Amino acid sequence: MVNNSTVDAAIHTEDLRVERGGRAVLRGLSFDVPRGQVTGLLGPSGCGKSTLMRAIVGVQARCTGVVEVLGQSAGSAALRHRVGYVTQAPSVYPDLSIRQNLRFFAAVLGADQGDVDDAIAKVDLVDYADDLVSRLSGGQEARVSLAVALLGEPELLVLDEPTVGLDPVLRRDLWALFHRLADSGVTVLVSSHVMDEADRCERLLLMRDGVIIADDTPQLLRSSTGADDIEGAFLTLVDLDREASR
Amino acid sequence: MNPRITFAVTGRVLAQLRRDHRTVAMLLFVPCLLLTLLWWIFDGNDLVFNRFGPPMLAMFPFIVMFLVTSVTTLRERSSGTLERLLAMPMGKGDLLVGYALAFGLVALLQAGIAVGLTVGLLGLEVEGSLWILTLVAVLDAVLGTALGLFVSAFASTEFQAVQFMPAIVLPQVLLCGLFVARSAMPGVLEAISDVLPLSYAVDAMREVQVRTDVTGDLVVDLLVVLAFGVGALALGAVTLRRRTA
Ligand SMILES: Nc1ncnc2c1ncn2[C@@H]1O[C@H](COP(=O)(O)OP(=O)(O)O)[C@@H](O)[C@H]1O
Ligand SMILES: [Mg+2]
Repeated sequence: MVNNSTVDAAIHTEDLRVERGGRAVLRGLSFDVPRGQVTGLLGPSGCGKSTLMRAIVGVQARCTGVVEVLGQSAGSAALRHRVGYVTQAPSVYPDLSIRQNLRFFAAVLGADQGDVDDAIAKVDLVDYADDLVSRLSGGQEARVSLAVALLGEPELLVLDEPTVGLDPVLRRDLWALFHRLADSGVTVLVSSHVMDEADRCERLLLMRDGVIIADDTPQLLRSSTGADDIEGAFLTLVDLDREASR
Repeated sequence: MNPRITFAVTGRVLAQLRRDHRTVAMLLFVPCLLLTLLWWIFDGNDLVFNRFGPPMLAMFPFIVMFLVTSVTTLRERSSGTLERLLAMPMGKGDLLVGYALAFGLVALLQAGIAVGLTVGLLGLEVEGSLWILTLVAVLDAVLGTALGLFVSAFASTEFQAVQFMPAIVLPQVLLCGLFVARSAMPGVLEAISDVLPLSYAVDAMREVQVRTDVTGDLVVDLLVVLAFGVGALALGAVTLRRRTA
């Protein structure tokens, strides 16, 4: 029973449905996210990316269906040490310094205080370590939030739009960091509403209006739809779907 | 619960407070300012100040802690840090007790200063031990903290949190026996005041004021205040949900 593909996947969902504010926000998602890769969750704003990520880390109420993370039911206590999560809003304390923020979260996770300096270095904020977060730019604040998720050597990183609004050089550096982490065995799930980030992912989940409309590698998505880029592929898929439902 | 995590929360809340001079001033000195104002209003009439002083000494820490706690925890909710913490190995008890310890420590300072001022400088007459008087003030502050933590679960904005102040705190102020002795109130109101924690806090203050020894009534009053505090914290832990809509 252990020896099947669903257990090997880092994330496995079957017919996942979520209702928020009386509306069906996720409408029956079934997909697998492979381990040790950077998977992109792409879709327009409001399509349900954040809701899906909340379901994966176990903070979303009213989920039905199956969500398994690292072989365990999403949100189970044992997973709280193994999953790093960055919410869409930079969830750090603005009235503390970068280092104070990281020390606190490291203590909560039981992570080594040595991890704190490592994490600050990974997001390239060493020069600002003792600055108050409220004095940082939006992009720097987002990186502090990311650094918190790197504490305690998580096996899965769930990152909700971590690169939005960053300058292109920083974005490139962060994607390089995600790939280094993936190479060391960490599974990285990154959401974005910017389609041109697609080619930086090894695998893509395209989402629209609460359903996954494609689950493939960027190359195969382009070739199967005949589109030049992922935005084109997205449009082709939506058009095909409309024709089918007509 | 895990002491490492509980104390991490306490340390973090205190570190945040240390940077926030305005809130520290409000916590430590506004009660003193109000008590001095009260003394001044009665213009040296010791009889009246001795009647109103003890209830005020119970009330100010309670109100100030209630306000600061409910807004602080709400900020944690709206900034997303609460969601992040609850996705981490953070027990709900760790979070609430961590907060209560931090504000309890502040309350100790606050009560020490307020008691020192009213007894030392403003001439409040107290028969009982000043330690007990301080203890009563600290328990009142902890009660305010616990209630503030509890109600913050029912608010989604800081504005809503502040609205609990007239709804939950002011009725207790009216009914605690400050204006009219509780036994002289209409029966219904006396019955209501019997189930409100601030009534017991004020009774305890009066008891310390007039009795040199620790009476059974005083112990009961203190236990009731403590029970309300612990109960509010427990309810707070129950109403804090890891999964939210
Ligand atoms: N707290 C909430 N209560 C009710 N509905 C919500 C809430 N948060 C988001 N929604 C709705 O759920 C849908 C998906 O939102 P979200 O998951 O945030 O999308 P995305 O992250 O892709 O922009 C949207 O229609 C949004 O209006
Ligand atoms: Mg989102």
